[in-house]
Amino acid sequence: MPEPTETPPAVGADDWEPKIVAFFCNWCTYLAADLAGTSRMKYASNTRVIRVMCSGRVDPQFVLEALAHGADGVLIGGCHPGDCHYQSGNYKALRRFRLLKRMLIGLGVEEERIRLEWISAAEADKLRDVINEMAAQVKALGPAHLETPPEDWAAGFEVEAEAEVEGVTV
Amino acid sequence: MSEKPKVAFYWCASCGGCEEAVVDLAEQILDVVAAVDIVFWPVALDFKKADVEAMEDGSILASFVNGAIRTTEQEEMAHLLRRKSKVLVAFGSCAHLGGIPALANLWDREAVFDTVYRTSPSTVNPEGVLPQVTYLYDGDRVTLPGFYNTVRALDQVTSVDYYIPGCAPTPNIIAGAVQTLLSGELPLAGTVLAPDMALCEDCPRIDSKPQDLSLIEFKRPHQVLIDEETCLLAQGLLCMGPATRSGCGHLCIKGNMPCTGCFGPTSKVRDQGGKYLSALASMLGIEDEAAIDRALDGIPDPIGTFYRYGLAGSLLHRRKMTSVEA
Repeated sequence: MPEPTETPPAVGADDWEPKIVAFFCNWCTYLAADLAGTSRMKYASNTRVIRVMCSGRVDPQFVLEALAHGADGVLIGGCHPGDCHYQSGNYKALRRFRLLKRMLIGLGVEEERIRLEWISAAEADKLRDVINEMAAQVKALGPAHLETPPEDWAAGFEVEAEAEVEGVTV
Repeated sequence: MSEKPKVAFYWCASCGGCEEAVVDLAEQILDVVAAVDIVFWPVALDFKKADVEAMEDGSILASFVNGAIRTTEQEEMAHLLRRKSKVLVAFGSCAHLGGIPALANLWDREAVFDTVYRTSPSTVNPEGVLPQVTYLYDGDRVTLPGFYNTVRALDQVTSVDYYIPGCAPTPNIIAGAVQTLLSGELPLAGTVLAPDMALCEDCPRIDSKPQDLSLIEFKRPHQVLIDEETCLLAQGLLCMGPATRSGCGHLCIKGNMPCTGCFGPTSKVRDQGGKYLSALASMLGIEDEAAIDRALDGIPDPIGTFYRYGLAGSLLHRRKMTSVEA
């Protein structure tokens, strides 16, 4: 067995793969993922799927927490309008999503990084297409870098004190 | 030497309202002064930084620091007072969660300087002079503190024992907190010294809040004649009550204005803005996408509304830095 190296091999920009956190509802989108699996469909392996009972269970704080912990994108999957197992959970998800998206754009997060899709239990092909498309879009955007720990925020203050500054510099 | 416990007050990036709040204790402040020795309070007493440096580490019982951390000087003072104090208290919204100054986290230093020293209508600065951390003037070196890209809450710079919330903290909250600290029975470190429940729970208007709100639009205070009895959310106003800690005495509500969230979230909430956004979206009673977007247009500034006092302390802390220096 090879000795473990101290530092992982350098990863070039081309090799970088985005991490996408996916919240799938138990009754529709999660079943679509199940179907995609049993149908042996292939799709991008970037998503980490978290099963929730309903897309209405996805608290906006979950999305913020995912981004704050290094996710490059967040995908929420729910039942089609009118098909919610709990009648209106997906509408609640929709309203939260529209507002959260406005807020995240204001915080400099690219629109493509968060996505809400209605995917029924039968739509394994849609699930595959959505994940592939989102993975490609987020990969093109590059890392989200929203997980900066507070101690790094002091960065950006150049050590001008060391330099002899005379007169006006801009 | 006096045997009375020593306390210190200090201000960082703040408006001075927190200092005012201490004075607002009115005659109660005499009880505080009788019980403690104030060893450092730049706004009111003539002690200098060197006096604090000369003290033994841990010799101050409690330091009350208000204001957010924006400059290198504020960070240095935060570390100094931390070292000299047994208990460090973040006093007021800015020290607690970043406060109003942290809304500058939607920009970076360059943008702030550009607005303040170049483009604002009242600025006259034809040579484009910007603050420098060091400058040679007539052969003398003069210096200014460095200005960080990001505003931080006190606990993002050093460890904080307790928080007194509010913009500014109300006299009853301050008196209660001081009493707690002097009693010797200290609560768990990290405690916010205010009730741990949402403002709605003991709101005088709670009875008029429907079980299920089904709003179709949001309104701003100037667009509506506000009823003085009815729940402000039920009137379509953006009241932060559901996601904000109680303890302020409902001052804004009693003044017939919606809560703006200065006490920060309760301990059960991870991100005040995220939680409020969640609650607000649930209160909308519409399902049509276009109608939802029209209703959301009634919130012209979501970040400034949801994170008015807490952007630095929120999960994402600031607008994503796009420049290389991020």
